[in-house]
Amino acid sequence: MARIEINPKLCKGCLYCADVCPKKVIGVTDAVNAKGFQYAVPLHPENCVGCAMCAIMCPDAAIEVYK
Amino acid sequence: MEEKIYKRPAGLQDNINGYCPGCFHPGIGKLIMSVMEEFDLLERSVMVDGIGCVASNMSYIGIDELNTPHGRPCAVASAIKRCSPETIVVTYQGDGDLASIGLAETMMAANRGDNISVFFVNNANYGMTGGQMAPTTLMGMKTSTTPYGRNAQEHGYPMHMCEVLNTLTAPSYLARVTLIDVPHIKKAREAVKQAIQHQLDGKGFSMVEFVSNCPTNWGLTPQESIQFIKDKMLPEFPLGEFRNR
Ligand SMILES: Cc1ncc(C[n+]2csc(CCOP(=O)(O)OP(=O)(O)O)c2C)c(N)n1
Ligand code: SF4
Repeated sequence: MARIEINPKLCKGCLYCADVCPKKVIGVTDAVNAKGFQYAVPLHPENCVGCAMCAIMCPDAAIEVYK
Repeated sequence: MEEKIYKRPAGLQDNINGYCPGCFHPGIGKLIMSVMEEFDLLERSVMVDGIGCVASNMSYIGIDELNTPHGRPCAVASAIKRCSPETIVVTYQGDGDLASIGLAETMMAANRGDNISVFFVNNANYGMTGGQMAPTTLMGMKTSTTPYGRNAQEHGYPMHMCEVLNTLTAPSYLARVTLIDVPHIKKAREAVKQAIQHQLDGKGFSMVEFVSNCPTNWGLTPQESIQFIKDKMLPEFPLGEFRNR
């Protein structure tokens, strides 16, 4: 099963990852990180196909992908 | 067995960088570092940063770095390369830095064919100091120093640095890329690879221009800034390889 890890410490909440994900895996919650950014989280991890589009798009290299 | 198929490049520091949310700057640094890692160059490379937001690389890029006076990375990089030819030397510069205050240094290094790789971030303004007009600012574009929009009579026209350098004899690789979506990011990474390969092969001056964004000073969301690049920046700054020899 494929899965992503989004590092909450590195994310700034631009949500390019959520826009590009074909399976709509990613979203936000009320949680913010130490810098005050509402960071992205895998809300529907079970739908991930491991295409890594989110990780390629992430300008902050906050996403790693496992398959 | 589970495998990591996409990882944060080893050449990046482990903390959050200082760039604004959605800014392409750190995405460009990520590409450069992933290519350096692939070529196993992290231990023998130096990045020479200009002045501006670009200097936020100091808290982001994990290889040896140097910050020069505004606009002078090409001069400093040329000196490092000449003193230490086995070191891989790259510059990282904004449009104010490379095409305005440092135009002479850029042109001279390119004209001498110094064996360095230049990474040029064109975000159509001076990001760090509050979004003043840059040589690359689009016609009619409002910035803090062109409140009524850039007009030719007062401010001249946008400068196309790939095309300008393409009139010189010496440069070996010139390309313009962008990071607006996954296919373009893959092409941008290929261009970074080419630039570094040209340096490894001793072919001389290479430059990759990134058509980038500045959501903060453009007053747009990250998503709107990507649309602005598609609608306004790319018609003015066509993508492609201008030279590869
Ligand atoms: C000699 C000198 N003149 C002016 C400045 C002020 N200054 C700091 S950053 C900057 C603009 C940088 O803009 P750009 O190169 O486009 O990079 P960006 O911030 O957009 O990444 C200026 C003019 C300076 N630091 N040094
Ligand atoms: S001011 Fe503009 S160029 Fe500088 S980090 Fe912010 S978005 Fe990027």
